[in-house]
Amino acid sequence: MEAYMQYTEKVIQTFMNPKNVGKIDDADGMGKVGNPQCGDIMQIFIKVKDNIITDIKFLTLGCAAAIATSSITTEMVKGKTIDEALKITNKDVMSALGGLPPEKLHCSILAEQGIHAAIEDYLNKQKKD
Amino acid sequence: MSHDEEMISMTDLIYLDNNATTPVEPRVLEAMLPYLGEKYGNPSSIYTMGREARQAVNSARESVAQLIGAQPEEIIFTSGGTEADNLAIKGIAFALREKGNHIITSAVEHHAVLNCCKWMKKNGFEVTYVGVDPDGVIHLNELKSAITSRTILITVMHANNETGTIEPIEEVAAIARERGIVVHTDAVQSVGKFPVDVRKQNVNLLSLSGHKIYGPKGVGALYVKKGTRMTSLFQGGHHEWNRRSGTENVPGIVGLGRAAEIAREEMADLAKREGRLRDRLLQGIMNTIPDILVTGHPEKGLANTLMICVKYVEGEAILLHLDAMGVATSSGSACTSGSLDPSHVLLAMGVPVEVAHGSVRFSLGRSTTEEQIDRVIEVFAPIVKNLRAMSPETPAA
Repeated sequence: MEAYMQYTEKVIQTFMNPKNVGKIDDADGMGKVGNPQCGDIMQIFIKVKDNIITDIKFLTLGCAAAIATSSITTEMVKGKTIDEALKITNKDVMSALGGLPPEKLHCSILAEQGIHAAIEDYLNKQKKD
Repeated sequence: MSHDEEMISMTDLIYLDNNATTPVEPRVLEAMLPYLGEKYGNPSSIYTMGREARQAVNSARESVAQLIGAQPEEIIFTSGGTEADNLAIKGIAFALREKGNHIITSAVEHHAVLNCCKWMKKNGFEVTYVGVDPDGVIHLNELKSAITSRTILITVMHANNETGTIEPIEEVAAIARERGIVVHTDAVQSVGKFPVDVRKQNVNLLSLSGHKIYGPKGVGALYVKKGTRMTSLFQGGHHEWNRRSGTENVPGIVGLGRAAEIAREEMADLAKREGRLRDRLLQGIMNTIPDILVTGHPEKGLANTLMICVKYVEGEAILLHLDAMGVATSSGSACTSGSLDPSHVLLAMGVPVEVAHGSVRFSLGRSTTEEQIDRVIEVFAPIVKNLRAMSPETPAA
């Protein structure tokens, strides 16, 4: 094993007790990002009412950073409007966790992409109706 | 209290990462302490204290030689396995530069060999990486066909650190000798775990490391068969027959010598005990968790090593949960290696990328007990269940 930077306590705690884990069967929007090659896969489910994300859940296959970023991102997004949710960046996510080791940066980007994918799915569904 | 019981009581940690490093055995520490204390002489000094240090180094050299069936003059002390590997590869390649520039190795070597070979490629040498079968055993025919008139070195590890698979070094060496090619083996994971005899193997060079056999970190050795032409990495005070300059790490060397002695006496019983416990662990895991891939050769593998792949979850996440339950292990996932690729060993064996990401390695040791194994079985299933419940890839029930 190669040497690498340690996680913050916040990352470890969030990873050990993640929030909003699960599926939403009648989700208004769903996004799945990542791929088996890189080893991280995130799936985000959202319920939207009056332009507000009333509920959000995630399923993630990945390391501590992947699971922690998924959890913290869903906490940051829940209760926000679609526009507010789209403004949340991976930097905000990293900041909320007290930072991530450099080689785990891509996990925070994946979380941001997951939210965007779920919202895009919701908006596409809206267009169809 | 037996020595092993003393080690168990040192901590409540269930330590199953002995292939990464081992604790210093109490008897080894005892042997080393005087040389960190009042016996601080430089072995090259002419006065009594220097001669005592020289004697201690000689004694350790004999112990290491005995462990692998070599002559003491064939043992070069180094700073560890990585330096021994680098010394072997660079030392031979640069000495035989006129003869050729082609090196053959395997696809499953430790990074010390792999990255050294990568560096050699950047510095005028050609390298061929021979593939392995699904159990991790090198393709001997592919090795044979890879040899050219420019081949000057074949280096294949003895036992794999990740899967425990043992390579057929005698056959590899026979192939090399037939063509007059120098052969090296990285035996860091095999020496001290089961009998290794350099005469039987018929290799020219062999690497070993102290901290894998209950000795201290920062010391290892390279076996160099008498008459082998090799240049040095370090030039200086002509130590180690001009093969490796630098004032001897006396405490470290003394520790390595004592560890070698203990290994020679006790490795048979240790391997038997570890094998039993490893089988118990495997059985327990297979009984409680579905969708597990077991890797490595089923018969020709290290008795203490079990590398499994847990489908639908990622290795680092498993490790951290095990850590929270007081169990130390490692993984071959990309996340734990700092790169985007998971274990090159598993990939070379044909394990699919996404399955390799879920790898967990248990490497048992002197301190491992049946109670500990049962505890690991107990806590492992809920951890996997919890992570699978969180995973988008887990198939619906």
